Amino acid sequence: MLQEQIPDLAKFVEPDRVRREVYTDAAIFDLEMQRIHEKVWIYCGHETQVPKVGDYYTVQIGRQPMIMVRGADGKIHVLYNRCPHRGNMIAGDRKGNTGEFFRCSYHAWQFHLDGKLKNIPMMEAGYKGTRYEKDKSDCNVKRAARVENYRGFVFASLANDGPTLKEFLGKAIVAFDDMCDRAPEGEVEIVPTCFRVIQHSNWKIFLENQLDALHPSVVHQSTGRAAHEVEKEIAKRTKKGEAPLSYHMLSAFATVTIDKWDSFQTINYPHGHCILTGYMGLRPRDPDTLAYDKVMIKAYGQKRFEEIVGVNIHHVLIYPGLSVQSPLQQLRAVRPLGVDRTLTEIWHFRLKGAPEPIYRRSLAYYNLVNSPSTLINADDLENFWKCHQGLSSDAGQWVSFARHMGRDLENDGVVETAPNCGTSEAPMRNQMKAWAEYMRG
Amino acid sequence: MAKLKKALKKLVRRKANGAGIHETQHAIEQFLFRQAELLDGKQWQDYIELFTPDGVYWMPPEPSHTHWDGMPAIFAEDRNLMTVRMKRILHPDAWSQRPLWETNHVVSNIIVEKETADEVQVRSRFHMLELRRDDVRHFAGAYRHTLKRTREGFRIKLQRVDMTNAQAAYDYVIQAWV
Ligand code: FES
Ligand SMILES: [Fe+2]
Repeated sequence: MLQEQIPDLAKFVEPDRVRREVYTDAAIFDLEMQRIHEKVWIYCGHETQVPKVGDYYTVQIGRQPMIMVRGADGKIHVLYNRCPHRGNMIAGDRKGNTGEFFRCSYHAWQFHLDGKLKNIPMMEAGYKGTRYEKDKSDCNVKRAARVENYRGFVFASLANDGPTLKEFLGKAIVAFDDMCDRAPEGEVEIVPTCFRVIQHSNWKIFLENQLDALHPSVVHQSTGRAAHEVEKEIAKRTKKGEAPLSYHMLSAFATVTIDKWDSFQTINYPHGHCILTGYMGLRPRDPDTLAYDKVMIKAYGQKRFEEIVGVNIHHVLIYPGLSVQSPLQQLRAVRPLGVDRTLTEIWHFRLKGAPEPIYRRSLAYYNLVNSPSTLINADDLENFWKCHQGLSSDAGQWVSFARHMGRDLENDGVVETAPNCGTSEAPMRNQMKAWAEYMRG
Repeated sequence: MAKLKKALKKLVRRKANGAGIHETQHAIEQFLFRQAELLDGKQWQDYIELFTPDGVYWMPPEPSHTHWDGMPAIFAEDRNLMTVRMKRILHPDAWSQRPLWETNHVVSNIIVEKETADEVQVRSRFHMLELRRDDVRHFAGAYRHTLKRTREGFRIKLQRVDMTNAQAAYDYVIQAWV
């Protein structure tokens, strides 16, 4: 029916541009929740968020309120947060421990942690001869169709069919390999603080920004300059002549000038995923890094160690809902709340077995860039909002993604930007290509 | 009854010994009011100078956090980082600072917790209303100041800000100290 209201969806996307309604039309939003988010693999959380039996976190998949819970058997289940009786949410808190079972707060139906009915008060008397009898599926909390866990990262798909998680991720799986491999123990552990920030703009505007190498030197100039000035002052004052690395993380936004961003590269994969290469100088030779290197060499051997730390990634985008900065162990999950409202859930991780100073780097980035007092994203969000507002204008029907168009190198479905075309809008073209494929249904 | 008498005696004694107690309360109130005024007046450099050279402004993401360093924090800024924030705000290309943006702080419920010759611990409560473009946001919470007595007056060694809103999702972000 919705499809009938939006007759020519195919005409909304051209190779170098997209109709503005794709960002502003509420009916298109509904359709994309149905055809994209409620079908593909969506990141729910990390297994270390729910270490004990009964631990849970609620999570939004498309329009569906869901629960990720640690089951009695130690397995993680993803359930719809909806009681089969009259529809009450069975978990009312954002996170917690429900004990050995869920008990609905409305009429006390009880459910095992895998969603199966445990008990209904006075069931025999109340429901004999109806469709609601024990062992009938109408009595169970509905489960996500498919749940998979890759190296601790839990994903769910609400569709019975479709690619496996590994097939879906393809080469973008490097986001998790790169993050985990950098841990001497090969695993990461979540730090249990989640920063949540709401943006008043369409979810795609956020995703398109993630690998937009053109914007940092324009948008983040103010912070880059400010950090660079203070960085120089600290260097002058201290004996070692160096400011902490965190200042460099910020000043790079100004010192890497617009032309230098072109020397970065994006690699665009099927399903809209994409990698931005470049490393922001995070492999310095200071004593902390050297101590870390030593632990890593002991764990992996010299050859494998070189391979691991040689991975050249700045950012991995997993379409349509995850942005990962593996070398800094940060992750942003994107939850569309409405056509013009988007929630980001921002987490960071500890590399298991790595010395504390290495964690401190990830923490510094988390606090300075990703916290609600962010020195960086304040200006991004300002632009996202202005973008969304501007798109309501009738002055133009199209959003343009033509930068460096025609120069990309395509091979077997993988699109790499050409040398010195790092600011190419190839990632946006790639995302919209995936979008159009999903929306065809 | 005996208990009450005892407590009353104690109070009288304390007043007699600590002649400065009202003075301290008054001086601290003035200090906190002035701090709020500097924020609302966007006098960032003067605000930073209220801190000792090793002073820290800290806003934990949840009340259970016990230390500003080594844990996730909404703010955990020494004077260097505060200077970065100030310079960013004042940069002509800080896009999010272009629109109308005003704040209004009220500080109250000021309780002196502990007092020594060179340090004072103070608890207080704040309400802050922010106007940005046409939108109003409302923040509130508790301050806990560790103040050092210096020749120039009180200086902040640590300002802990437990903002009640801190654990909720943020509608947009916060750009300056609260
Ligand atoms: S709605 Fe859950 S028991 Fe009635
Ligand atoms: Fe940005």
